[in-house]
Amino acid sequence: MSVMGEPGTKEPLSLEELQASTGLRTGRKHVLSILVENKSGVLTRIAGLFARRGFNIDTLTVGPTDDEQISRVTLTVDGALHPIDQVTKQLHKLINVLKIRDLEPSDTVTRELALFKVSAEGAQRGELMQIAEIFRGKVVDVTKRSVIVEVTGTTEKIEAFEGMVRPFGLIEMMRTGEIAISRGRSET
Amino acid sequence: MRAVDAVMEGLKAEGVDVVFGLPGGANLPTYDAFVNGGVRHILVRHEAGGGHAAQGYAKATGKVGVAFATSGPGATNLITPICDAMMDSVPVVFITGQVRTELLGTDGFQEADTLGITIPIVKHSFMIQDPREIPRAIHEAFYIARSGRPGPVLIDIPQDLSRGEIEYEPVTDVRLPGYQPTTEGNQKQIRQAAKALAAAQRPVIYAGGGVVNANASEELVEFATCDRFPVTCTLMGLGAFPAPHPQWLGMLGMHGTRAANYAMDEADLICAVGARFDDRVTGKLSEFAPHAKFIHIDVDPAEISKNIPAHIPIVGDAKHVLAKLLVEYRALGVDPARLGAWWERIEGWREKYPLGFEDSADSEIKPQYMIQALYEATKGEAIVTSDVGQHQMWTAQYYDFPAPRRWINSGGLGTMGFGLPAAMGAAVGCPDRLVCCVAGDGSVQMNAQELATCAQNDIPIKVFIMNNGYLGMVRQWQELFWDGKYSHVDTGEFPDFVKLAEAYGATGMRFTDKATLVADCKRAIATDGPVVVDVRVTREENTYPMIPAGQAAREMVG
Repeated sequence: MSVMGEPGTKEPLSLEELQASTGLRTGRKHVLSILVENKSGVLTRIAGLFARRGFNIDTLTVGPTDDEQISRVTLTVDGALHPIDQVTKQLHKLINVLKIRDLEPSDTVTRELALFKVSAEGAQRGELMQIAEIFRGKVVDVTKRSVIVEVTGTTEKIEAFEGMVRPFGLIEMMRTGEIAISRGRSET
Repeated sequence: MRAVDAVMEGLKAEGVDVVFGLPGGANLPTYDAFVNGGVRHILVRHEAGGGHAAQGYAKATGKVGVAFATSGPGATNLITPICDAMMDSVPVVFITGQVRTELLGTDGFQEADTLGITIPIVKHSFMIQDPREIPRAIHEAFYIARSGRPGPVLIDIPQDLSRGEIEYEPVTDVRLPGYQPTTEGNQKQIRQAAKALAAAQRPVIYAGGGVVNANASEELVEFATCDRFPVTCTLMGLGAFPAPHPQWLGMLGMHGTRAANYAMDEADLICAVGARFDDRVTGKLSEFAPHAKFIHIDVDPAEISKNIPAHIPIVGDAKHVLAKLLVEYRALGVDPARLGAWWERIEGWREKYPLGFEDSADSEIKPQYMIQALYEATKGEAIVTSDVGQHQMWTAQYYDFPAPRRWINSGGLGTMGFGLPAAMGAAVGCPDRLVCCVAGDGSVQMNAQELATCAQNDIPIKVFIMNNGYLGMVRQWQELFWDGKYSHVDTGEFPDFVKLAEAYGATGMRFTDKATLVADCKRAIATDGPVVVDVRVTREENTYPMIPAGQAAREMVG
């Protein structure tokens, strides 16, 4: 096999060859919890780093912390596709990044908020409301032709709910991306 | 004082003795501050020339280089030097002007999103939003540029903010909670490394630019010679270990020596110091050094195990780690005789495959001989810069660099047009040294305008153009790998470099005879002021030996 992109390799490259790259793969989803200085351009630096190294961000949330000079970025990355070790080392090189934790799934509580706008007319409405109740969802808006349901939970739960309401006619869906906090007394 | 005067005070407090730059609308206030600022400024003819000059200055002196440009096109002209400095870990602070804050985001005249454009290619950058941030930004920029793994730092200052009135006090308490480089190296890991080295039967030390950056050449020599470790250096590391030397194998990689590449191929332990397993070194990654375990010493943790998984990773700078490694290794009392068989094998390669070329039968100058002649004429004592291509590889192969910071070239980015302005910067930084630039006839034209800067400021660089009328390295690849079909590589005899030199106010010469070449080179060096020499060399000569792209070291050709 030839090295990718070498000007000396005349032969066309197969898709497998193009996809093959180095680095350790963990094969699972990773939730990275990152403390950053609350300065302009920080998010661009993080997003730019991911883009440049060819890493794909699955979800990304940014919010304030109890310290107004510090923000928290929570992002999820697929460890089957990317070498997480390289991801975190490269992130550490950003001067505005203060701390990174690659959260252990078993020691972490993760939540995502989603809003589903579903078409629901007549008899369908009752059934939909029942499903929402099972998922501990909240109906936050009702019109003659549609219902908006708010659901909070893990990504799996959100996706399960989506599967349930899709047959009713999912008009649109808004998801926040995951936030995560470590279990127990110690700080994330 | 005005914020721009604070910029000058900040530069002086950081010990800056020269700035390379070009003024424009958005940095008019800054240039007004230069008038009585007490900081030397050299007016370049193109911002890229200024950026590369700052790199050359930084590489030759070990200090932080500084380049200024205006907003928009001024800043975008700096992109190549910024990226080059990032790839080769060169400490340079770039200060760019920006349009007034009220114009930001309106596509104002000469507005470019300099910060956004440069984010992927800087170590860090600052967008000034309040003039009071300027002093701290300056000092933090210098600290970040020179510490840890050095690199480029950019400060973008909007024109109106640079006119603000502020108080200046030197910032002595740089606080960067997100930036704490590890330089010392973990003692336990270092002990592990010493034990592994003591147990190795076929060790090789593979040193890179990190040794030069950390000023760790002495430590490297002391460690390597405390036993009989064979040493090879990357293109960026040349000079970190003095050549020639009995333990010196030559450069490794695509155009390295067979001794160095074969030693890596058969080694049982490779100790990488400040080197990053670049693809030009490893060739086919899966077949690189198949028998070796790896000790990887680097100040940047992200380099360790990036391309090759390290068995013993050590995060720290070469100077500290090598000094500690020496102490640990000496304590083990290893018998150097154990490497006898390994050295016999290496000596065999050295004898069988010395660097060489077939010299011409007539007066024609072979490019390799041109470098040998330059070595002789300079007694190996010059600072040599180069562009990128065949001439760069031949210089790396045939000019034995006896000390660090003598060899200045663009390795990672491979920037044509780097050599001439880098020589200018090196000459400004080291006025007592002879500075030569070995350029290609293709490359040199990419920043030839800086000859005017050299002539105007009497910066006496000696530029030796290896003129074969081709974009030589591309031509070589087309010959070897693309069925000899030459596509757009013939540059002909344009321009007339002697006339070009004279037009710029430099001295122009043309050498065509190998019999007088050494004497001719001496004559060029003895000529005052900047000199450009058009050396006519063999048109179609290939750079050998060579590991064809994507192949293993064993498969070297030529």
